Amino acid sequence: MAMLEVHDIHTYYGNIHALKGISLEVNQGEIVTLIGANGAGKTTTLRTISGLLRPRQGTITLNGELISELPAHELVYKGIAMVPEGRGVFAKMSVQENLEMGAYHRNDKAVITSDLEYVFGLFPRLKERRRQVSGTLSGGEQQMLATGRALMSKPTLLLMDEPSMGLAPILVEGIFDTIQAINKEGTTVLLVEQNALMALSIAHRGYVLQTGQIVLTDKADKLKKDPTVQKAYLGVD
Amino acid sequence: MLRRTLSRVSWVDVFLRIFQLVAAVVILIGLYKTFTTARYSSEQWATLAFAGLAQGSIYALIALGYTLVYGILLMINFAHGEIYMTGAFSTVFLAMYFNRIGFLQSSPVLAIIVLILFSAAVSTSIAVLLERIAYRPLRNAPRLIPLITAIGASFALQYTFRGLFGSQFRAYPDIAVLKGTWNILGFDVPLVQPVVFLAAVLLMVALYWFVERTKTGKAMRAVSEDKAVARLMGIDIDRIIVSTFALGGALAGAAGVFNGLFRPQGVFFLMGFFPGIKAFTAAVLGGIGNIPGAMMGGLLLGLIEALGPNLILEGLGIPAANQLKDAIAFLVLVLILIFRPQGIFGERLAEKKA
Repeated sequence: MAMLEVHDIHTYYGNIHALKGISLEVNQGEIVTLIGANGAGKTTTLRTISGLLRPRQGTITLNGELISELPAHELVYKGIAMVPEGRGVFAKMSVQENLEMGAYHRNDKAVITSDLEYVFGLFPRLKERRRQVSGTLSGGEQQMLATGRALMSKPTLLLMDEPSMGLAPILVEGIFDTIQAINKEGTTVLLVEQNALMALSIAHRGYVLQTGQIVLTDKADKLKKDPTVQKAYLGVD
Repeated sequence: MLRRTLSRVSWVDVFLRIFQLVAAVVILIGLYKTFTTARYSSEQWATLAFAGLAQGSIYALIALGYTLVYGILLMINFAHGEIYMTGAFSTVFLAMYFNRIGFLQSSPVLAIIVLILFSAAVSTSIAVLLERIAYRPLRNAPRLIPLITAIGASFALQYTFRGLFGSQFRAYPDIAVLKGTWNILGFDVPLVQPVVFLAAVLLMVALYWFVERTKTGKAMRAVSEDKAVARLMGIDIDRIIVSTFALGGALAGAAGVFNGLFRPQGVFFLMGFFPGIKAFTAAVLGGIGNIPGAMMGGLLLGLIEALGPNLILEGLGIPAANQLKDAIAFLVLVLILIFRPQGIFGERLAEKKA
């Protein structure tokens, strides 16, 4: 049994049928990526898994437990954390307060403090700026903060929505290194990316989305060599 | 060249500039005449100022309720004045009972604290109830709809209290300890004014601490910034919204008791209306959604209202200027909406919030 099983979900925005029967699986310890063009439904898929959107049809299970009926705020207790699109840091709150919000559902102060140190170890920049208001951070630092904040909830499954968006290439590499490091320490990652090449180079498996449907799935290195993927998403002729 | 510059200036801007200039000139003339004729002694000015600060601190407490709810829901809870009324009104009965059994005389401080807690509890319950039955079902409705509901809720509360208790005034009993005067900076000030002021400031400091330091307070700030991301953090936003209404209600309830101690005319079913819109004015003055703004806005409005009529209107030769203090308060609202809609402490709101 896979850790996360998404079975035939249909999600709507009003009358717009955004996801037309998405099914996917993420196994314990994997990095799985969803790639596809703008508007293919990548973000909608993540938002449905995280509970922000409710599927009109279909089921989502985490370790065999049905989670598609739960409100978003209860999923953190099940071990799911999300780094939202556009980072979603609380701009008026300090760096440290943002990180504390990540551990909102826990009350063990000592452990929270040690987790804070762990995140500061991953991102020393955040430690330097812990008292600073998050809105004043650069884009790269905000991405670190959003990632660190998600890690503060000690997730078993980390959902990441376009971590590379709007960042300089050198920063993107840093973020992807971090994702790999987090994964090596045991966190399963479901990664949505525009930057298909980068995503496929760190992922184990990938799914290709097109207009709300999965059109292709395979091991990441095979997808990278697939002619249609190369043409459509990797810019190779 | 000149033509291009001219075409860029809109008539509204020109009108507003002229209006601003006229307002400034009128205020300056009023001030000048008041001071040159030396109509009032410094003693009298101080009396007015202390009364204004006490009244202003009551406005500030109510204004915080508007600002807290607006910060989270972007909604003006126009029934907040009535939340204040329900606390003050219910507590008058307890105060009369305490007076009868002599509790108010034997241990006044304890009695007043109990009154404040009782009033806060009543207002909090009403605020929470209102959120649950009137606002929550409309959370995703267009913003005009909860606004109209709030006005409806406000009438419902007013006339429920009228139906239950009639339309006469009921005064809070006199409390002997608060009757004295206190010498501040050489002026004899009725003791009740600094007491109300200090108690209100204490509550505001407590609120500020709560919002800045506690977990629920931080969650409130998170929800006010981004509800979706707050949910991803595991924050139950319904619970946070209820806490926000509860906090605002508690402060309004406390303000109700302060008002009862401070103003002799007592409570009646429409008593929430004027303080309600004045506190709203104060919240806008400070910058709605901004907590220190509501505090400063309240104090400032109290002072303007107390000093303004004598300071400016009397100088302009307007008779019985004191009766125009309500006009002054709302003139302040109009001027702010025209010249600094974001308020003193407010930041310019982005399109989506405005």
